[in-house]
Amino acid sequence: MLDVKNLQVRVEDKEILRGINLTVRAGEVHAIMGPNGSGKSTFARALAGHPGYQVTGGSATYQGQDLLDMGPHARARECVFMAFQYSVEIPGVNNAYFLKAALNAKRKQQGLDELDAMDFMALVKQKLKILHVDESMLMRSVNEGFSGGEKKRNEIFHMAVLEPTLAVLDETDSGLDIDALRVVADGVNAMRSPERAFIVVTHYQRLLEYIVPDFVHVLADGRIVRSGGRELALELEEKGYAWTEPAGTGARR
Amino acid sequence: MSPVAERHDSYVAEYGRFASGRGATAPAWVKQRREQAHSQFATAGFPTTRQEDWRFTNITPIAESEFALAAGVFAPASALVAGVTVPGAVRLVIVNGEFAAGLSDLSSLPKGLRIASLSDGARDATDGLETHLAKAFSLATHPFAALNTAFLDDGVAIMVTAGAVVETPVHIVIVTGGDGKAVVAHPRLLIIAGANSQARIAQTFIGAPGAVYFNNAVAEVVVGEGANIELYTDQRESDQAFHIANIQAVVAAKGVFASHAFSTGSRIMRHDIGIALRGEGADCTMNGVYLADGERLMDTHTSLDHAMPHCTSHEIYKGILAGKAKAVFNGRIIVQLDAQKTDAKQTNRALLLSDDAMINSNPQLEIFADDVKCTHGAAVGQLDEEAMFYLQARGLTRAAARDMLLHAFAGEVIAGLKIPALREQIEANFFAALARDLAPRPGSGQERR
Repeated sequence: MLDVKNLQVRVEDKEILRGINLTVRAGEVHAIMGPNGSGKSTFARALAGHPGYQVTGGSATYQGQDLLDMGPHARARECVFMAFQYSVEIPGVNNAYFLKAALNAKRKQQGLDELDAMDFMALVKQKLKILHVDESMLMRSVNEGFSGGEKKRNEIFHMAVLEPTLAVLDETDSGLDIDALRVVADGVNAMRSPERAFIVVTHYQRLLEYIVPDFVHVLADGRIVRSGGRELALELEEKGYAWTEPAGTGARR
Repeated sequence: MSPVAERHDSYVAEYGRFASGRGATAPAWVKQRREQAHSQFATAGFPTTRQEDWRFTNITPIAESEFALAAGVFAPASALVAGVTVPGAVRLVIVNGEFAAGLSDLSSLPKGLRIASLSDGARDATDGLETHLAKAFSLATHPFAALNTAFLDDGVAIMVTAGAVVETPVHIVIVTGGDGKAVVAHPRLLIIAGANSQARIAQTFIGAPGAVYFNNAVAEVVVGEGANIELYTDQRESDQAFHIANIQAVVAAKGVFASHAFSTGSRIMRHDIGIALRGEGADCTMNGVYLADGERLMDTHTSLDHAMPHCTSHEIYKGILAGKAKAVFNGRIIVQLDAQKTDAKQTNRALLLSDDAMINSNPQLEIFADDVKCTHGAAVGQLDEEAMFYLQARGLTRAAARDMLLHAFAGEVIAGLKIPALREQIEANFFAALARDLAPRPGSGQERR
């Protein structure tokens, strides 16, 4: 589904990603772990097409298409979704109105009829129930005045409605208490399917107790320095990130 | 002599013809007020950028043009009026400064509302016109209002009877143009709201698309004790027109006045909106949103006079500027010595959508009382790129994301419009103007990546 080769990314004048290689197949859940500043979030944002993240080398092929050649809206319409670590407050833009516009933009791309207000509300209410999200969140401005937990839930709610093929969760666990974490994880787990893949970016092993990954990759200084199964996350938990660093340079070609 | 002064001479000459011609039949008190206003204008002339209030607004294009004094209904007027009809409202049409009974619709005129054309009403002393007409502003500080007053002839007076709660909105359509000839009109509106009365009044300024004319309007509003008056102004003049408008309101104790202005038209716009809170416990709102592209100029000068204690004021002005458009916002708030417990809040925000667009924003607080709450804030910026990315990352194109943010930005002000049919109309016009102004013009380079 996604084939990333030697991806290099700069932010302003700073080289952050120095050659990422990652292959994600349908149905898989990949966890990207790493210490602060290792480039985890940069990887997520580069996949989503943030204009501030300049790709200086390498490639990313998504379902046979050059992902890096697509604008952020085109990626979204091709069913790539990123849950933001810091979702943006947008005063005056109604959450439901925005989500309906986003969903219909995607449906149009797929050659499907646009949903009218009634069908949309029916769909949305069903998703709200699964995620234990309060209906009032729909009528508020996008993320405006939302608590940290509400923002994360809103991200997962958007994901549930937009039903992406590839979902990238950027530190969705940060700042969540255990109950909120469980709700978010349940939402993600309910969406796991053989057709869908997840890239879960996280600093802590904790989230992976709830969203059990098929693969774990450790990022350090802009490169993946270790890859393994779920046990790698546990090992990290035990030994800390410092343990990965000596092996860091040239661990993977 | 500069060309500016010469043109000013042409208005003086026109005044002579007007006073002895079509203006000759007015009552003595009207003639006297005209004469005063005229001598003020003749002495001072058009304002120049050397004057503080006009520092950023060069009106030379107005002063240098030859505009004939408009008269009578011109051909496209009825079609223009039909395009802005608000169902269910009392419709009053002013064409080239004159009340046009034939285009007006008074069939739903409710109880408690009296309407007179100024030229008729001024002859009848009972309506209080003599007491209030040309009294709400100083001729010396409002040169264009003085010019309007010099040519005071007709217009509309609306009297709301004391205690009357008028549900039916009143919509005044002010049409200006001269069938290809560049004309000047001086439309005039006077609203007198009796004690504890309530009414909603809207004025739409319109002209033929692309037409060149100069519209110099004045509205005076007298809000009686405990009365509640909302005045909506939809400025959608031709984008080649010059639009100068004064709205001056005087509010008595416990009176409430709200002015909401929505501006999308004209090449040069200048709004002078002044509200004087002259009785305890009065409250006012002064909101506006404007939009300009090309090389157009939108100038709003607001002035709030807190003269008495325990009054509140709320002001939000927002602008969206594209191309090489320029805006001026000057928000003056005077809190006089006696006006203790004043609560005044002013916000001015502008979005600049191109590198060449600009705004001069100036809050001007003059506070002489010591127990008051006055806040002001000005923010000028570009579209929030993080918000743009967020919306795009969910599937919206850059243009759709930008429109959504701009609608949200303007929507806060438009939502304050309490006449649903008019709100829909103004919203549609505003967003159509947005689409027009943001369409990249050849070679303008206004679309930013």
